[in-house]
Amino acid sequence: MVDRGSRIVLPAGVKPAEIWTPAQRLALLASRIWAWLFLALMVLFFVVTVPLVSGGAVHFLTIRNSQNILVAIVPVLLLALGQTFVIIGAGIDLSVGWVMSLASVLSALALRWAFDGGMPLFPSVLVGLIAGVGGAAVVGFINGVIIAKLKVPAFIVTLGTSFIVRGVAYMMSENTTVIGLPAGIRAYGNDALLYYIWGEGGGFYFLERPDVSGDLLRRMDTILPYPVIVTACVVAFAAFLLRKTQFGRHTYAIGGGMQAALRTGIPVDRHIIKLYTLSASTAGMAGFLSTLRFTAGSAVIGDPLLLSSIAAVIIGGVSLFGGAGTVMGTVIGALIIAVLTTGLVMLNVEAFFQFIVVGTVVIVAVLIDQSRDLIAGRHRRGEET
Amino acid sequence: MTEPLLSLRNITKRFGGLVAVNNVSCDIHRGEVVGLLGDNGAGKSTLVKCISGVYHADEGEMFFEGRHAHFAQPIDARHHGVETIYQDLALANNLDVGANIFLGREVKKRYFGGLIKTLDDQQMLRESRRTLESLRIHFPTLTEPIENLSGGQRQAVAIARAVYWDAKLMIMDEPTNNLGVPEQQKVLELIRRLREHGVPVILITHTLPDAFAVTDRIIVMHRGRKVAEKATAETNTEELVQYMVGARDDKGVLNPQREIPLPQ
Repeated sequence: MVDRGSRIVLPAGVKPAEIWTPAQRLALLASRIWAWLFLALMVLFFVVTVPLVSGGAVHFLTIRNSQNILVAIVPVLLLALGQTFVIIGAGIDLSVGWVMSLASVLSALALRWAFDGGMPLFPSVLVGLIAGVGGAAVVGFINGVIIAKLKVPAFIVTLGTSFIVRGVAYMMSENTTVIGLPAGIRAYGNDALLYYIWGEGGGFYFLERPDVSGDLLRRMDTILPYPVIVTACVVAFAAFLLRKTQFGRHTYAIGGGMQAALRTGIPVDRHIIKLYTLSASTAGMAGFLSTLRFTAGSAVIGDPLLLSSIAAVIIGGVSLFGGAGTVMGTVIGALIIAVLTTGLVMLNVEAFFQFIVVGTVVIVAVLIDQSRDLIAGRHRRGEET
Repeated sequence: MTEPLLSLRNITKRFGGLVAVNNVSCDIHRGEVVGLLGDNGAGKSTLVKCISGVYHADEGEMFFEGRHAHFAQPIDARHHGVETIYQDLALANNLDVGANIFLGREVKKRYFGGLIKTLDDQQMLRESRRTLESLRIHFPTLTEPIENLSGGQRQAVAIARAVYWDAKLMIMDEPTNNLGVPEQQKVLELIRRLREHGVPVILITHTLPDAFAVTDRIIVMHRGRKVAEKATAETNTEELVQYMVGARDDKGVLNPQREIPLPQ
């Protein structure tokens, strides 16, 4: 029996941190920061090998290349950000690829309609933004309602809506690319905060694209294009939402234990609807930005990115069981894929090999996450009663 | 005696043709631990689910703090201070102790006139620490996910949560199930602490030693009916088992045909 008045020091089910062996602690630390390490090693690898292969003509770590990677990352990362929330909440959204396509078509049509109707350029762009993100959000809302209220598995619902959305996107774009957009929107989708022209006659240009051509244009670097800045803002907002707000806390709670969330009075159904609406909205943002970037709406732009975005989320350490993951992890996951792909292209490695490498990284990432649990002596969530 | 905190009058709950709870009445007073005993399927869980708002009784009335009470949903019962700790504890294993104690009722900091609200983790941690200390529960760390805690420690988190939210009545469903013996003792110790805090506890169990260890009063159910209500000090294992298996009817009369010989 316990003597009354004594402190209750309940026996721990797991060894507390103090009695882990140094080797275990090192392994834990390594598994926690492995994604950063992996990214750094990969960059180092390409920094060394790219000049070797090209005979010194091409370098990996240049301003131009880093900006190319950032631009390439924008759509994948936007899809992955919404997906991060959904997967932490123990769901999955397979519709984001086609939702992005739909948003691209919708924003292009709305923008063209507004501009042709006599609206100035900037308000027209806003109309395009509202149509793209709003249209996507409606799809997400429908996903959420069917999943939360009608209790159909998320996998099936979002698979179904992705087909439906695909059909709608083709229908609205009349099976072709939506063109005839005002040329001025090119600037919104491609211009940058800063330009730098190397060498003679060059210099910095802030907020304004220098009107140059020929040799000067070739020597010009575009630093922080607007879509990258917009995406950075979305990243910051997503990180804030997940870490600092009740919304984020409830997302973790629902992913970690649906029953607990229900019993403690968290409005689970409403929250799930919000998660899918959020996921579709970031996909809508990706579609809108792609319309600006290419001055056209395309119904086939999004789908190839779906699997990459899920891969980014998983490499970033989000558990497919739900309940674990961070926004920064997803950003690193997306960066790893983009650096890997870009680097391999610069090494003249064939495209098929890129897929093989990315696939391997996804599986290894999950293995490392699992080994962390093994080291810590935790049970996998799936094995608990 | 003072007015009871909870008073059940002729509660009946049917599921189709099955009468799960049959005309049960009882009173729960402040600061007492009442054991609710019975074999599997005796109607213990159904009865407490009628109290906690999960089910609605088909007949009968419930009075809480002297007022007629009807809890449409579990959340209504919680708003009135009726906290139920189920066997799964309703904890999110991926969150830390503070987050769990405040789960669903997070403390927020407001900025820009409430336009932006962020979680106040520091405040939640402080309050959690204070509550745990008032129950004399000590954890090595409060900021790790509770999946690393043992079953008894998690039970303690669930109890601390109920205490923090001013539980007026605590219902615990088989709290010592799936625990090792030392941990069982500690959970029973926590139940005694709750009584010291003046919080009455309805303890569902079919472990008789637990019931004798902590309860003041024992109610036995058999096939949906209340067959016995005894002060713990005035009964014994043999008698309770006879009630539980139906060898004694609700008037205390031994039924020879139903009597089951007990090992001496």
